[in-house]
Amino acid sequence: MTERKKFLSLVLVFLFAYWMPFTHPRVQMGILEAFLMLREYAREHVLLCLVPAFFIAGGIAVFISQAAVVKYFGAEAKKILSYGVASVSGTILAVCSCTVLPLFASIYQRGAGIGPAVAFLYSGPAINVLAIILTARVLGLEMGLARAVGAIIFAIVIGLSMAGIYRREEAERQRGPLQMPEAEMPRRLWQDMVFFALMVIFLVFANWGKPAQNEGFWAAVYAIRFYIAGASLILLLPVIWRWFPKEELKEWVGETYSYALMILPLLFIGVMFAGFFLGRPTHEAVIPSKYVEAIVGDSPAQFFALTGMQQGAAHSMIASIWPVWTCFFASISAAFMYFATLTEVPILQSLMGSGMGKGPALALLLAGPAVSLPNMLVIRGILGTRKTVTYLVIVVAFSTFCGLVYGWLFV
Amino acid sequence: MEIKVLGPGCPKCQKTEDIVKEAVSESGLSVTVEKVTDTMEIAGYGVFGTPALVVDGEVKSVGKVPKKDDILKWLK
Repeated sequence: MTERKKFLSLVLVFLFAYWMPFTHPRVQMGILEAFLMLREYAREHVLLCLVPAFFIAGGIAVFISQAAVVKYFGAEAKKILSYGVASVSGTILAVCSCTVLPLFASIYQRGAGIGPAVAFLYSGPAINVLAIILTARVLGLEMGLARAVGAIIFAIVIGLSMAGIYRREEAERQRGPLQMPEAEMPRRLWQDMVFFALMVIFLVFANWGKPAQNEGFWAAVYAIRFYIAGASLILLLPVIWRWFPKEELKEWVGETYSYALMILPLLFIGVMFAGFFLGRPTHEAVIPSKYVEAIVGDSPAQFFALTGMQQGAAHSMIASIWPVWTCFFASISAAFMYFATLTEVPILQSLMGSGMGKGPALALLLAGPAVSLPNMLVIRGILGTRKTVTYLVIVVAFSTFCGLVYGWLFV
Repeated sequence: MEIKVLGPGCPKCQKTEDIVKEAVSESGLSVTVEKVTDTMEIAGYGVFGTPALVVDGEVKSVGKVPKKDDILKWLK
């Protein structure tokens, strides 16, 4: 850091301290909410959910052969398989979002072409293990599933549309030799599967939600959830001991550790921002809930109340397009916004707590992590302006559509 | 001689660069080590996974952190 930069940041801190209205009750509430929300995450979501999720993500990165997956992106691979693998392989290949763009560029230039490349570009960040686990944990199983399924279908649709639109140009791009990672298979497939199954069982049961009734199957499972989780952990020990060489285990722990280092600081900052501006659900912070409700709420009532619009042609027109508007607004703003890995979850939690509808929430989840202004610039360098705009339009249109459908299904 | 480490900046790519530098200083050869972070340039090598290692224009390793012994072998 140069002297001048140091001085500049000093000036900024000074101006912040000088002007920040700390005495305003809303700001005070916001600061308190930021820390309360941080505490909620630390207490509820870190130990039983995020830590095991990091171990699973680390295990995927180290133990699963990427070569087995990547070969479906080659130029000679069957097209149907390419699309299928591209739409789900984000779970395996894209835990670190920085690997998505180079792989995307390679698939596009040398491999299976624009369709599978775009499908992978879209699904990669949206469907990664950590994101799905945290979404299901914080926003509910239903939202987690909707996100995963929506992202898979969406990836195929968007890949096929891009391939259809640019069919003619496809054949002209030049191909070159491919450099695939070598396949290493130190274990049988079923051994890897047992390993991951045990970790997933631990994760699922340790986080088993308390059911509404105190009787029945779900309640019975809830009562013994820690025994099941504990049993799977105990079973995991001999599996790790017998099947995995020391070297690989070291790598596994190292990988898990680096995910935690990479993701947790950003997540905590995101949680505090969400808490400061919007507060925990049912709590108020700097931005009053009524504004959130007036823009993306389930009904336009709050919007009419704030604008003083009670009847007339405009009133009935807005009322009729309201669901479309809210989903559209959520997807287009999410498309331009940058969400660091996982931060979309606390932000969405706060937004929904402030009155955002379920439809727009899903639209935000589908459009948000996949596209942002910074990654659009990189994509533009690879695809060119026209194709990038097409991609963006399809993402926004389809997110809006999915949000609408989800809103209708669950209201 | 020239070694390029292809990787957009994830922890594994950083580790690869460190190991390469270690191997180079151990070998005592005069080798230039370059880190390539530009997505288009990485894709230009056709590598399906990062980090990747390019020695004198030839792709030697893809999608993993290479071992120091292997790097020493490629240097010879």
